[in-house]
Amino acid sequence: MSETSSRLDLEHVDPDEVREETMIINMGPQHPSTHGVLRLLLELDGENVVSCQPIVGYLHTGIEKNCEYRTWQQGVAYVTRADYLAPFFNELGYCLAAERLLGIEAPPRAQVLRVLFCEMNRIASHLVWPATTGMELGAISMMLYGFREREVILDVFEAATGLRMNHSYFRIGGVIMDLPPDGPAQIREFLRVMPGRIREYERILSENPIWLERNRGVGHLSADRALAFGVTGPMLRAAGVARDVRKDEPYCGYETYEFGVPTASEGDCYARYLVRVEEMKQSLGIVEQCLDRLAEPGPVMVEDPKLRWPAQLEVGPDGIGNSPAYVRHIMEESMEALIHHFKMVTEGISVPAGEVYQPVESPRGELGYYLVSDGGHRPYRVKIRDPSFVNLQAVPAMLEGALVADAIAVIASVDPVMGGVDR
Amino acid sequence: MISAVPGVSVFDDWFANFWVVLVVKAAAVLVFFLVAPLLVGYMEHKVLAHMQARLGPMYAGRFHGWAQLVADGAKFIQKEDVIPAAADRWVFSLAPAVALIPYIVLFVVVPFSNTIYAENLDIGIFFVMAIGSVNVIGVLMAGWSSANKFSLIGALRAAAQLIAYELPLVLAAASVVMQAGTLSLIGITEAQDRYWFVLTQPIGFLIFMVASLAELTRPPFDMPIADSEIIFGAYTEYTGLKFAFFLLTEYGGIVALSSIASILFLGGYRGFLGIPDPLWMAAKIGALSFVVIWLRATYPRLREDQLQRFSWLALIPLALLQILVVGFVKVAVG
Repeated sequence: MSETSSRLDLEHVDPDEVREETMIINMGPQHPSTHGVLRLLLELDGENVVSCQPIVGYLHTGIEKNCEYRTWQQGVAYVTRADYLAPFFNELGYCLAAERLLGIEAPPRAQVLRVLFCEMNRIASHLVWPATTGMELGAISMMLYGFREREVILDVFEAATGLRMNHSYFRIGGVIMDLPPDGPAQIREFLRVMPGRIREYERILSENPIWLERNRGVGHLSADRALAFGVTGPMLRAAGVARDVRKDEPYCGYETYEFGVPTASEGDCYARYLVRVEEMKQSLGIVEQCLDRLAEPGPVMVEDPKLRWPAQLEVGPDGIGNSPAYVRHIMEESMEALIHHFKMVTEGISVPAGEVYQPVESPRGELGYYLVSDGGHRPYRVKIRDPSFVNLQAVPAMLEGALVADAIAVIASVDPVMGGVDR
Repeated sequence: MISAVPGVSVFDDWFANFWVVLVVKAAAVLVFFLVAPLLVGYMEHKVLAHMQARLGPMYAGRFHGWAQLVADGAKFIQKEDVIPAAADRWVFSLAPAVALIPYIVLFVVVPFSNTIYAENLDIGIFFVMAIGSVNVIGVLMAGWSSANKFSLIGALRAAAQLIAYELPLVLAAASVVMQAGTLSLIGITEAQDRYWFVLTQPIGFLIFMVASLAELTRPPFDMPIADSEIIFGAYTEYTGLKFAFFLLTEYGGIVALSSIASILFLGGYRGFLGIPDPLWMAAKIGALSFVVIWLRATYPRLREDQLQRFSWLALIPLALLQILVVGFVKVAVG
């Protein structure tokens, strides 16, 4: 606060004095283009940004703290709501971390499904990026195209998990259920259509002179500064650093997939656009490889009855629920099954004491889950390293000497999701 | 029914009494002004929607949402008329009228055939240019009186934009005037009896269209109302009917500048194929309005400094060059 308010001395104002003063403007938390409830305290000299202070916390939901009061399995349903554009990545980070504490690994088919859904999710999230950025820079058509294609992905998610967002599909020990029978065909249809759509975006944006004017050379962040700020993901790769958790610290068998890590060297908003578009194409390739691997059937959850969720779930008209057959089994047929179900659901599993940090490569960068267990039925601590939160730190640096309109372009290029920032 | 005497307005032909003619002309202009922007507004809804893979309004009036803008108007009338406590009440209330009226008055001189018009002023195009730039005063008043920082930034952007783009607009019109040898809009139209001026002055036409877009603060030159940056610029604090007036100004402005552009460069009401003149004029206005809407679907928004640079370094030199060429040809040929 002190830095931004030092120029305005409101207590000693002489009404006759001709003064030059800067204008303090609160952009947000309610503002059309602050991606939810980000607040920017801008100090303006005309159109020029003198200083900028991002203020966060308006979407604080206490997800991390709440996890400490729930069983290990219930945590999934919380963390999936943090970065709501990348729910699968949050679930994955949490589950992988818990699995490492437990010393188990999900079955191969579950790993493939996890990769499949994460990469589909990456495309969906990267589609929201040009959509919102387009809207903010005035290219409103791009917004509708982006959301149109994302809708197809969400349909796939809905068919498989019962929900379009906040799926709770990944669970500790695997995934909750297999793909529906027509799932692969649905995804293949998407893979067939999507490359043409990406070319369409490139035709609209890549050579568009105004799009270039607004993005090229705007919000420059060099590799050194990006690293100093802890920036990760497309923003870091756009500055020329080929850091990708999927390559550097592989999980879920990413080392066995063929994909490239797109980078650019300019480090400006346009480079971030190029990197994200290229990442969508790479993700399409990974999804295709996943589909090929799904040809072989197999379990999608660990077999250990002391770890796996007891219920058999299926997608019903209102989301995922216990299948009627299972309900009949525990209610009418087996007392032991009912006792087991009751213990697993209310008490949960116990996780050996220890601590673990598990990073995954979310659409916005390194999403880390730091879990501490004291050996009980609930996590002792859940700490989320959300990339949006870290990347937002670099905004003031990117806005040095910028104009108001650049502030919008820069915030958009960070692609922050406030649900993840404030948690 | 329509008078056959070219150069005499039908209104003067039908009614002899000066006052009756005056009232009828005013009513005709007003009715046109209230109808045409609605048509363009509806066209924007539908054209933009179909370009963006959606349907646009579908329910109001049952047939493809044709009554959507009527419904919008009814909604705006019902809205509470909020004036911010810190606002300069009089200026705040007057601003929408100051912005709107110039565009109504502008239609007084727009001819739809050599008999269908309200007035044939000898200084027609000069009148149009003068009255067209009054609009920005309304925007400035709105921005200043709102007591809102976003409004103020928007108003100043609008003013800067007007200064930058009024010049190429006038220069492009001036080169047409030089070629036609008259300021009267009917005179300019009749001067295009052999070919449209867009053929001899294509650069002038482009300059005029770009500058018109900027004057209207239409995308890609909509920084004064850039909703993602400064909420809604000078109009941020406006509600209800006052806000509706600003919207009407925008669409009225599209119709107005499309009319002027078609008169200056596309031969106005002059057509061929035996189609009546007013239909030609309407078709040309519609076509240019379509282009205005099309650009909105295609281009992002420029930045304020880029907009200024574009005007001073590209449009104005080109417009001057156009005048130079027209002048040389005029002297050499005529």
